[in-house]
Amino acid sequence: MTTVAVKPATMAQALTRAMRDAMAADPTVHVMGEDVGTLGGVFRVTDGLAKQFGEDRCTDTPLAEAGILGAAVGMAMYGLRPVVEMQFDAFAYPAFEQLISHVSRMRNRTRGRMPLPITVRVPYGGGIGGVEHHSDSSEAYYMATPGLHVVTPATVADAYGLLRQAIASDDPVVFLEPKRLYWSKDSWNPEHPTDVEPIGRAVVRRPGSSATLLTYGPSVPVCLEAAEAARAEGWDLEVVDLRSLVPFDDETVCAAVRRTGRAVVVHESTGFGGPGGEIAARITERCFHHLEAPVLRVAGFDIPYPPPMLERHHLPGVDRILDAVARLQWEAEG
Amino acid sequence: MTVMEQRGAYRPSPPPAWQPRMDPAPLLPDAEPYRVLGTEAAAKADPDLLRRLHAQLVRGRRYNTQATALTKQGRLAVYPSSTGQEACEVAAALALEERDWLFPSYRDTLAVVARGVDPVEALTLLRGDWHTGYDPHAHRVAPLSTPLATQLPHAVGLAHAARLKGDDVVALAMVGDGGTSEGDFHEALNFAAVWQAPVVFLVQNNGFAISVPLAKQTAAPSLAHKAVGYGMPGRLVDGNDAAAMHEVLSDAVRRARTGGGPTLVEAVTYRIEAHTNADDATRYRGDAEVEAWRAHDPIQLLERELTARGQLDEAAIEAARQDAEAMAADLRERMNRDPELNPMDLFDHVYAETTAQLREQRALLRAELEAGQDDKEGDLR
Repeated sequence: MTTVAVKPATMAQALTRAMRDAMAADPTVHVMGEDVGTLGGVFRVTDGLAKQFGEDRCTDTPLAEAGILGAAVGMAMYGLRPVVEMQFDAFAYPAFEQLISHVSRMRNRTRGRMPLPITVRVPYGGGIGGVEHHSDSSEAYYMATPGLHVVTPATVADAYGLLRQAIASDDPVVFLEPKRLYWSKDSWNPEHPTDVEPIGRAVVRRPGSSATLLTYGPSVPVCLEAAEAARAEGWDLEVVDLRSLVPFDDETVCAAVRRTGRAVVVHESTGFGGPGGEIAARITERCFHHLEAPVLRVAGFDIPYPPPMLERHHLPGVDRILDAVARLQWEAEG
Repeated sequence: MTVMEQRGAYRPSPPPAWQPRMDPAPLLPDAEPYRVLGTEAAAKADPDLLRRLHAQLVRGRRYNTQATALTKQGRLAVYPSSTGQEACEVAAALALEERDWLFPSYRDTLAVVARGVDPVEALTLLRGDWHTGYDPHAHRVAPLSTPLATQLPHAVGLAHAARLKGDDVVALAMVGDGGTSEGDFHEALNFAAVWQAPVVFLVQNNGFAISVPLAKQTAAPSLAHKAVGYGMPGRLVDGNDAAAMHEVLSDAVRRARTGGGPTLVEAVTYRIEAHTNADDATRYRGDAEVEAWRAHDPIQLLERELTARGQLDEAAIEAARQDAEAMAADLRERMNRDPELNPMDLFDHVYAETTAQLREQRALLRAELEAGQDDKEGDLR
């Protein structure tokens, strides 16, 4: 095997590598979806898998998401580990019934006799100039369904590590890939991918003492950027990358908020009924006496995802995050 | 050269990408439902097989009446009876080998039991003490599926996986006439045909989707005709003719097992009872129609054929009845015992490892139950 030096890799490359390594390590791992074979996926994330492992292991399916996920259920029943690609966030909706009525609850329905180790990869979120139905943040739908793990990486190392964990999990995992980070680069050695924290753990990406930004996926780099900009205002912001929305890491989140006493949840998904409401409620229930200010949310507006020429107004940016931080009742301190 | 002469040189041709894919004619179902009983074909049927089918039909009918009685006694939350459809149920189970898989819908408890699942475990869902009461892997029977047609893609995926592994396993998936309108029916049949998966789709056309008759469900010449659009054969069968059902399903299973791909079988039958014990069928259909179907009863059809041929005597019929009574008595006795319930089970098997949040919620329920015990200690059994 050739040795590859540490060099910048993209998130997309790390995801491909994760699937390739999982397929090489375990012959029951099967990748399937629309255009994943010959083309290598519309984002090229499955590039080369069909060539290396054959079309029976990386399969171009008919264009039917419920059929894809439904077939994956049957394959998992027979001992395979399907990794399903939903081409875009909004194209995954036809598969909702399979996901909710079967994938999420088969283990429970059968008292653990029929677990379904299925990974559902969903490129999600905006910021790539996609026309309508190509930029949804659909995580709240998945979070509201017991039995699913909902995971989203924000770094190249996590893309690899979390996807390997998702594929190895005996539970179904909805693996949300922030598509605008597909081409983000980081120093990462594919020959020696470092271990990452397990699914279910949040990670502090940037320590800070003034306030905690709680975020995930595509909004993590935005929050890191906001934290840098905040230094000019005299704020030392902490950034927590949630990584796993289900299971939710109350421990890490609460420890962070208790340290700083202030929290802002940041995500692209709509605010009303979005993940931020749940997270803010959990913090309030557990850390009320440590809070110096109400937990605030910076989220996408409560509108259908905007057309590409207007999406920059919708997506949480550095300014909107800093405006929220400014509203954390600092004056009350003095 | 004139313009007309230039045009004369042009020869129209089909679009370059078009080519004929297959001749649809062999895929077409028969004009009328295939029958064996009462025809010359019956002479060729194996009398032992027919007797086995007969005993299972009698048992199945008794199971239906017993389960319906249990709903009236409050022992079952609900029961969708398959009375009148026993031939479909029994033939589906008997057409399969042990290594094969059955994918039932919610009305297919009889097929599940005929496959070997414990009659009480098969009713867990309908009693309501859990969802799936049996181990799907033990008898290779998927959970009874309530969301219509959603089990069909599972059958396709399982059959596909088996084929990839080199196992000659066949999946038989059951669905009703109403279920054929669902998108999953379409997607499953399409996937099955594209993958040439070893699957048999059995549609029990029992005339109604709860109250809605077939005419409001489809404009297709028959449900079996739908197969042609997917590139698989469609077979139309008399669903009350157990011999025909067994023959057609066995043929389809054999075809699937030997690499011939999927088949769609439409069994024309009738739901004699209401949709469930909670339904009132008089609101949407008349007695005359029901009586006409009662005269085409699957047990009577088979019994008459076998007795006319001297292949079944009164003693054998009586033995089948007694066997069915014994099964019903056992079912009654066991269903009359209260199921063991443990509310703490609610939190198990949601995930492989119970999450911190669910551990908290389990503790909450435990505390509630313990407090409740203190409150009304005298009331507890």
